[in-house]
Amino acid sequence: MLYLGIAAVSVGGLSVLPFLLGDYGTGLLVGLAGYVTLATAWAMFSGPTRYISLATVAFFGVGAYTVAVLNEVLPYPLVLLCAAGIGATMALLVGLSTLRLAGIYFVIFSFGLAELVRQLITWFEVNVTGTLGRYIFLDLGAREIYWQLLALGVCTIGLAAWIRRSRLGLALRVIGDDETVAAHSGINLARSKLVLFVASATIITLVGAIQAPRWVYVEPSIVFNPTVSFLTVIMALLGGATRLWGPLCGAVPLFLLFEWLSARFPDHFSILLGLLFMAVVYALPNGVLAAIEGLRKPKRNGASKEATA
Amino acid sequence: MSLNSRRALLRALPLALVSSLALSAPLAAQDETVTIGYAVSKSGPNATGAGITTIPNYELWVGEVNAAGGLEMPDGSRRMIEVIEYDDRSSAEDLVRAIERLATQDEVDLILPPWGTGGNLAIAPLMDRFGYPQLAVTAVTDKAPDFAARWERSFWMLGGGHDYATALVETLSAAKEAGTINDKVAMISVADGFGIDLVKAARPAFEEAGFELVYDESYPLGTSDFATILNEVQGSGADSFVAFSYPPGSFGVTKQAITAGVNPKVFYIGVGGAFPVYQKISGGAQEGVMSIGGVDAANPAIQDYFARHTETIGAPPDSWASAVTYASLEMLEEAVKRVGLDHAALAEELSTGSFETVLGEVKLEDNQLRQLWWVGQWQGDSFVAVSPADREGAAAPVIPKPEW
Amino acid sequence: MILSTLFLGLVLGGTYALLALGLSLQYGIARIMNLAYGEFMLLACFAVFMMFTSWGIGPLWGLLVVVPLGYALGWGIHALMMRPLLKRSGGGGRLEVDTILATFGLLFVVQGLMLVSFGSDFTSYSYLDRGIALLGTTVAANRLIAFVLSLVIGFGLYAVLVRSRWGRALRAVALAPDSAYLVGIDVNRLGRQGFALGGALAAAGGALVSMFQTFSATDGVVFTMKALIVVIMGGVGNILGALIAGLLLGLAETFVAAFIDPGLTLAATYTLFLAVLLWRPTGLFGRAGG
Repeated sequence: MLYLGIAAVSVGGLSVLPFLLGDYGTGLLVGLAGYVTLATAWAMFSGPTRYISLATVAFFGVGAYTVAVLNEVLPYPLVLLCAAGIGATMALLVGLSTLRLAGIYFVIFSFGLAELVRQLITWFEVNVTGTLGRYIFLDLGAREIYWQLLALGVCTIGLAAWIRRSRLGLALRVIGDDETVAAHSGINLARSKLVLFVASATIITLVGAIQAPRWVYVEPSIVFNPTVSFLTVIMALLGGATRLWGPLCGAVPLFLLFEWLSARFPDHFSILLGLLFMAVVYALPNGVLAAIEGLRKPKRNGASKEATA
Repeated sequence: MSLNSRRALLRALPLALVSSLALSAPLAAQDETVTIGYAVSKSGPNATGAGITTIPNYELWVGEVNAAGGLEMPDGSRRMIEVIEYDDRSSAEDLVRAIERLATQDEVDLILPPWGTGGNLAIAPLMDRFGYPQLAVTAVTDKAPDFAARWERSFWMLGGGHDYATALVETLSAAKEAGTINDKVAMISVADGFGIDLVKAARPAFEEAGFELVYDESYPLGTSDFATILNEVQGSGADSFVAFSYPPGSFGVTKQAITAGVNPKVFYIGVGGAFPVYQKISGGAQEGVMSIGGVDAANPAIQDYFARHTETIGAPPDSWASAVTYASLEMLEEAVKRVGLDHAALAEELSTGSFETVLGEVKLEDNQLRQLWWVGQWQGDSFVAVSPADREGAAAPVIPKPEW
Repeated sequence: MILSTLFLGLVLGGTYALLALGLSLQYGIARIMNLAYGEFMLLACFAVFMMFTSWGIGPLWGLLVVVPLGYALGWGIHALMMRPLLKRSGGGGRLEVDTILATFGLLFVVQGLMLVSFGSDFTSYSYLDRGIALLGTTVAANRLIAFVLSLVIGFGLYAVLVRSRWGRALRAVALAPDSAYLVGIDVNRLGRQGFALGGALAAAGGALVSMFQTFSATDGVVFTMKALIVVIMGGVGNILGALIAGLLLGLAETFVAAFIDPGLTLAATYTLFLAVLLWRPTGLFGRAGG
């Protein structure tokens, strides 16, 4: 009950922030909410299974594209519904055919998938519809977009928390530790992985769909920007992909840091970003949360062991 | 430190970060300076385009204005320009946020546009909402009239794909009438918004002019090997080869045409043909290659601009959008001198006034620059304008092009 | 028509194989997924370009300079950056994530340094780009040289790996890093040598590619991704596999361009890649078969 109360108050607080922070602050919140949701959704599947997916932008881009194609035909809520449906169907097809790949093969496969989707959409637009750039003229300001993302983000974290407590979450953690053991203990490997993959991909698709109206003009090279995939992975790993709050703790500081770097050092952004990355790998190997816990551990006499399990 | 206080610290951290982000921006403009902000791609895939056309001209112009004592105000006083620049990392979301930041956090006096059609469209609603005039130079779109009407303070200065394609067809028709080329055209186009706009306009225009399209295919962005395509082009019997291409594809197709000895009488490529690096790419064999844009190379104002650009930046400008970018800045400078920094007055002046620039006397029509060169050709060491042929300063096209 | 398409496809495929050989070694033997691989190729491109334009040293002679430098750079990076990660991970799946992250950071650093020192403009020079008429079509001499060299390097490397004692040790490290030390192999030293050799091959590939392709400081990712696809398709650490996968991709692209639709070339690449992975999840030829 207490947790629910705290959650309600913080969500309430977060949702009035745009009124306090002004336009730029709201822009920051949009980016923050977007990446927190992406990273959490990513970690929902990739955390327990340890499948590093670079297909984030494939779903993100499909969501954005759906909005671009349908925004003049259907009312907005229906457009979002369509986007979610398309994302889920695509994830189902991809999941059914690929989740038996493992390790680096899955990593590269997921990257190839993003590129393939981009190429196919381009080809279709060029040869069938004969337009490539599409316009989104929806009357949605940064504030409305932020609220939608916030709602989605809250649902995502809620869902992730629920999954962790359910049989499904337990099953997945066994899979991540040892697939053979998991199979022997009667876990339906394929189905468990598939369910999570579809859930995670659907959320990612929705993030793309909700953010798209910010850009007005959409073409494949804009929405299928591989940086989105990479940043999502990094943020989730920085925070700790196996923890509920890990992705959030990775996404928030990294996002703000990127913003600060690109404003302060526009000419040397990539160098600093790269150095920062390496610093994370060498100094915070298990993510921020684990590092904080490491600080706490000596005082709590190993009481945090259950949290790491 | 107790656990609780550490937790409190952790919670306070994000807030502290947000406020330090806000404070880290240069303090609000002082009275003596004019702050000008822009967000351009300094990293990522758009960095190349921005680094050739947009950034050098911003730097050149700011340097020159400040060297002259600053931007002149209507009362004759001069105020130095202070620049705030951000890197949009080639991402639409980051670009949009950077503009929000420039407008509401840094409260800059003027905002210069980013590079690219997508970027300019992404920021247009924001610029409109915050009231800043937007001199969108590097945006090629057929919908420019709609956009100019939709966002009243936006100005579209590089025409649309339709203009470039029909001008090319006109140029080729004239050559066909004169009997120098046959009626067969081989055409390829890059599968992005730009290539599609051009090819969509070119197809009907070619047919209407009595040309036969013997080869007409698109290729994906990122293609680096054109050997197969050129093989087919060579066997197609076309005298004219038209590639609505994008760099580095424009360069790849040139290099491979040279080595494969593909020598059509007309060799036209898209973006990149007017870049100074093209001379190196073609190994000095650029004579007669046609492309988008062009300059009136005999005009002293242009010659002077090329010389200054080369001296300050270390490389000559490209011969398409660079001069237009610089001209847009000259317009802005002159408009500020006439009406000051008030955004509404500035927009009104830009829309209705006429300005002396490196492009000559310029006046916008319905918030669009229409006085553009649509087709250019390498003649000697210059990429000269050949269309519209009836405009003063146009050179006569050399068709057939000499062999590589 | 078919003959010339076949030939063009092989030449293009040779380039892809050339891109991939070094990465295949680095991942196969040293177990390091080097995402900054393309950046190292670009460094070689710029180095060769500078030598050619300022001192008139041809890129083929330039190879003599950049290949040892590539080896040294690879060695240094392995010793300084990768060793702590290897030590830390103790051979588990952690290493994969750690090296991906670390080399991802390296990618940005190198790209940023290149942007600062060379600018973002396109770079190109002309060297040996005469056309040579062969099998009913014309190919640039420099492409032909790159093709031949990729075959020479590929088969040469294969022979070394299969025939020599050192090569067999390398393969042992690739196949069974956890038990290779049992037969007296210094896994660390050989891993570092494999990584450095990969660096040398990256430099060679970059130098050769720069002869015919326009490049700019932000192009590294393009190289890395093409190389990754070839490596994964061929089977990780499998030199012959990488060679064949590269050629296959080249053929697929040219045949699609010639007979179906040039707009689908890249889609065909990825379809082929995904199909191979689904059909044989560890690549065409399994891992590290030599």
